Amino acid sequence: MSTHSILLATTTCVLLASAGIAAETPKLGTPIAPGAVEAWDISVEPDGVGLPPGSGTSKQGEAIYAAKCAGCHGEKGTGKPYDALVGGIGTLPAPQAPVRTVGSYWPYATTFFDYVRRAMPFNETKSLSNDELYALTAYVLHLNGIVGENDTMNAQTLPQVRMPNRDGFVPFKRGD
Amino acid sequence: MTSKMTSQSAARRSAGAAESVAGNGLLDRRIFLRSGAVFAAGITSGALTAPAAGAQALQIEPWMKTPGAPLSGYGQPSQYEAKVARILTPVPGQTQIGTSRTPLHLLEGTITPNGLHFERHHSGVPDINPDAHRFVIHGLVRQPLVFTLDALSRYPMHARTTFIECAGNGALLFQNAPVQQTVQQFQGLLSCAEWTGVRLADLLDEAGVDPKAQWLVAEGADAAGFSRSIPLAKATDDVLVALYQNGERLRPSNGYPMRLVVPGYEGNTHVKWLRRIKLTEGPAMTKDETSKYTITLNSGKSLQFVHPQECKSLITRPSHGLAMKEPGLCEISGIAWSGYGKIAKVEVSADGGRSYAPAMLQEPVLSKSLTRFRMLWRWNGGPATLQSRATDETGQVQPTRAAQIASRGSRTIYHWNAITSWGVSDKGEVKHVYA
Repeated sequence: MSTHSILLATTTCVLLASAGIAAETPKLGTPIAPGAVEAWDISVEPDGVGLPPGSGTSKQGEAIYAAKCAGCHGEKGTGKPYDALVGGIGTLPAPQAPVRTVGSYWPYATTFFDYVRRAMPFNETKSLSNDELYALTAYVLHLNGIVGENDTMNAQTLPQVRMPNRDGFVPFKRGD
Repeated sequence: MTSKMTSQSAARRSAGAAESVAGNGLLDRRIFLRSGAVFAAGITSGALTAPAAGAQALQIEPWMKTPGAPLSGYGQPSQYEAKVARILTPVPGQTQIGTSRTPLHLLEGTITPNGLHFERHHSGVPDINPDAHRFVIHGLVRQPLVFTLDALSRYPMHARTTFIECAGNGALLFQNAPVQQTVQQFQGLLSCAEWTGVRLADLLDEAGVDPKAQWLVAEGADAAGFSRSIPLAKATDDVLVALYQNGERLRPSNGYPMRLVVPGYEGNTHVKWLRRIKLTEGPAMTKDETSKYTITLNSGKSLQFVHPQECKSLITRPSHGLAMKEPGLCEISGIAWSGYGKIAKVEVSADGGRSYAPAMLQEPVLSKSLTRFRMLWRWNGGPATLQSRATDETGQVQPTRAAQIASRGSRTIYHWNAITSWGVSDKGEVKHVYA
């Protein structure tokens, strides 16, 4: 290497470091088309981004819940042996023990769809159809008195559901 | 001594009674280090001051006479150390959800052996074929990219020794009465390792982050598809896609073949079995950042995105289950850590917080890592209340129990970081007390 190129290399390193630019890497990522990520792209954001096509009502969700969910979450979402999905609205301020359920605590209905799609039923996740997911979501929201029995949940209506504890969260900052 | 120690204590010694640094028997360790004679002569216990006539004649044991075990491919602890193991605390009725806890009271130094690193799984440990594993970065990027393990293994490696602590570590300390459990049982969701891998910043740079992106959602390849949102500013600061844990490939229970390591942040942001990162404008509000891992205050409002594990320390020896043997000189030992940076100081008290003295800190003291502290103590055989109080380099001081509950209430299980107290009885028993 000539003196000139050493100088150039040194200068480049210094510039990169001082500008906070990422280090030189082999860049071995393989480009993938957005469509090819689709099967894995299961995140649903609160504004509805990521919700799939399909729809369902509480009425349709009742039977699915009884068959696939009630064994762990109790009849009509009352809980036991695992988390209750219903009730507790108004219990969050002290001194009583807060009852944190989908209805009383969760700030976004989209989170319920996202979570059930990725993680439920426990022993066979990612097995429910989109219509079944919308119907189950509608059912649990209806059990909490948040939507009507015949309200249709889909990619347009679900993000518009206003959860009772929507304004109940404060982003942490040091000193809180 | 294999590690260099630094004294954090001020030069408090003067002529005369120089060795006491705080009430109820806390001593300046430098005297101890300088002269073994102090140790031998200072003991009040009969057993140690008696002439050395009590020991039996030495024997030739069987293992001294015949060849031992053959070579082995992967070493295991001595059969006599079987009690040094994780304890399992699964969700009732399940084997794949719950936690296993690190035996902090039986370990020394600062590094957790890989087989003892705590576990928290939401749907068991997936059995991932590393050749089939893929990690994708997509969303608000110029070019979505897929990485194989083989590809990431060829990048420049970066190592970071850092603790991981579950946000729910110490949850039982919010209870009204002190639980009588070992450190492992109620604080064992804490471990520390040297993690080596690729800087996430380098991979994000390769994909080209859209200026609109402020967050990312990280997701695991486990059956629960565990996912958390992380601010982009943190992701490009010091986050690793880790491939190695204490020099070997990650253990399956800690994310094999790759996981996020998010130094200082609550444990579940260190997403295991990492398969996907999506760049987004805002947080995805996943189940584990809304319905769980949020702190409901007395007002009814809940703190969300409580990311840093705040300044904390814990005496691990003596502690519940590790009783005092006899009066005399002993070492109080423990660990301190902060998600904000380095530990600057750990103070120890033997009189329930009436007086404190600075402990020795084992070097090197690393940012967002466990720091071992030690304090010399002459136990006089009477009651004592032991406490440790950590201060980090940003000035955060570990709170008292009363202060923590006053600010955040006690109707949560997350982010306990207040002072823990051990009550030593005149019989040498050690109980967990609120003091």
